[in-house]
Amino acid sequence: MKMGFLNVYKRDMTRFFRFKHQLFSSLLQPALWLGFFGMAMAGNFDRILSSTGTAVPAGVMSVDYLTFMCAGVIAATILFTNIYGGFILLFDKNWGILREIIASPMPRRDLITGIAMSGITKSWIQSLIVILFGLLLGVSFFSGKGPLEILISFAGIFIFIALFAMAFICISAFIALKMDSPEGFQGISTLLTMPLFFVSNALYPATGLPPVLQQVAMINPLTHLTAGIRYFAIGDNFSAIGMQFVYTPGEILISLLYLAFFAGIMFLLAWRTVDKVVIT
Amino acid sequence: MNNENIIEVSGLSHSYDDLRAVDNISFRVKKGEIFSFLGPNGAGKSTAINVLITLLPLQKGEVFIAGHNLSSSPKYVRDSIGIVFQEITLDRDMTVRETLEFHGNLYSMGRDEIGSRIEELLGLVELSDKKDILTKNLSGGMKRRLEIARGLMTRPKVLFLDEPTIGLDPQTRRKTWDYLRMVNDEGTTIFLTTHYMDEADILSDWISIIDHGRIIASGTPEDLKNSLGEDIICLETADTELAKTAIINYDGIKSITESGEGLVIMTDRDGAQILPEIISGLNRDEITISSVNLKKPSMDDVFMHYTGKELRD
Ligand SMILES: Nc1ncnc2c1ncn2[C@@H]1O[C@H](COP(=O)(O)OP(=O)(O)OP(=O)(O)O)[C@@H](O)[C@H]1O
Ligand SMILES: [Mg+2]
Repeated sequence: MKMGFLNVYKRDMTRFFRFKHQLFSSLLQPALWLGFFGMAMAGNFDRILSSTGTAVPAGVMSVDYLTFMCAGVIAATILFTNIYGGFILLFDKNWGILREIIASPMPRRDLITGIAMSGITKSWIQSLIVILFGLLLGVSFFSGKGPLEILISFAGIFIFIALFAMAFICISAFIALKMDSPEGFQGISTLLTMPLFFVSNALYPATGLPPVLQQVAMINPLTHLTAGIRYFAIGDNFSAIGMQFVYTPGEILISLLYLAFFAGIMFLLAWRTVDKVVIT
Repeated sequence: MNNENIIEVSGLSHSYDDLRAVDNISFRVKKGEIFSFLGPNGAGKSTAINVLITLLPLQKGEVFIAGHNLSSSPKYVRDSIGIVFQEITLDRDMTVRETLEFHGNLYSMGRDEIGSRIEELLGLVELSDKKDILTKNLSGGMKRRLEIARGLMTRPKVLFLDEPTIGLDPQTRRKTWDYLRMVNDEGTTIFLTTHYMDEADILSDWISIIDHGRIIASGTPEDLKNSLGEDIICLETADTELAKTAIINYDGIKSITESGEGLVIMTDRDGAQILPEIISGLNRDEITISSVNLKKPSMDDVFMHYTGKELRD
């Protein structure tokens, strides 16, 4: 077997399923978030909107806030999972088997490839759970779609998630390889997450942000991931929180290419870093 | 490269910034032998071994391992060696079996081979009943044995071990030596570093004593001990200076050094014969003797002689 990354992948997934508490909380957390925060906000938004009485243009599907936000929760979950997902490398470096791996004949890049693959798999599992939980709570994803269309929607969502997950697990791997302490790793990752999360369209439309931040939101990968998920899960023309959202296939394609490009760059960055890392 | 030598190193140096941790060392390891680097803490043992196993870049010097040039074909070198690191290097959350499987896969071993090799090696290091235990639940000695088994998974031509018995109790150390001897008997060349005299003495076919990044003495344990002379006489008298001048011209005396408590005399011929002469001589000169001790040179004496350090723990 020359595919060393499968070995790395297998180990990472074994660890993922081995720690039942961690597994449980990593799956439950986004669901709870959607449940509590989403329900609370939805209640408020819907109250405000009903009092202003904004009219929905004819022929446009109107969705509630919970549905709007569910896509954002999925996107944010993928962000959090992967930005901390490279921690295994720091752990292996300080207390584990990175020395063994680095001194073996396996190409070091397989390490990044394997970890990226497991990051993607975990992200898929998590998003599936959030979607199912959301549907239970009354999120109106895939409304009016037949089985085949739903399947295509899932494929689209999963492709977007894969690219985004790969980008951020590679960023995380890069940070882990550069850092010496868990505190440093934690600090940098948290610092990155905050602006990414809030300067995006995950929880609210980016149009509500100050103009400069709107520009930033435009290049924020999280914005493009959320757009992709909304396009496939809700539709290309819908209204929510009193606003109309229109996504043309062209726009979605650009989002997809942008994420692919971004993921490619981050992947190369992590590859280069792992090639140079020295551990004794 | 000579076929007899499985490792050939010439002019190897390694620096951390401006600290020269390994300073122009050259040595060779014969196929099938147990070779030791013996040296105190900070001597540069780990640095040297880490260059050989490709964890550190080769800055200066030429290294051949199992016929492969380290600088041009590090991948082939990696394929031919097994490693046991100084620190425990295990994933605490993987089982014993998973640890070995992961390692076999890192080296592209076949599935069946991995399976049969695991059975074989766990038998050797007596961990067969721990196969499905997480490594964090193994004792220190078991962890070391697992690491030795892992180092042997790929049937390496050379097994490198950096301080293999550090932190183990005397009984486990002895056991570990037995495993290493067994492995060596099956044809694996062993390269180890240690700061334990007894370990180097008992295990090695060849020892290089290393200090401050340089090799300061090399030889078989016997040769090294013999190089100090036939016997060592330790002598405490009322007047060290007087005693020294009185004895210095005796026939068969190789060297006399003053140590904290008295005189250390190394002899060229049987110390049991010289000792009575010394005692009667000192009696004649009326120098009181408070204690006498005659012994064969040990590895401690060798180490002390070459490094000027007494090191036992
Ligand atoms: N990564 C590093 N950066 C800077 N200096 C280092 C590094 N590693 C080792 N040194 C220094 O190099 C010298 C040799 O260290 P090395 O670890 O090779 O010694 P050693 O013989 O293995 O000692 P020990 O018996 O304690 O393991 C020491 O002075 C040490 O402080
Ligand atoms: Mg060392």
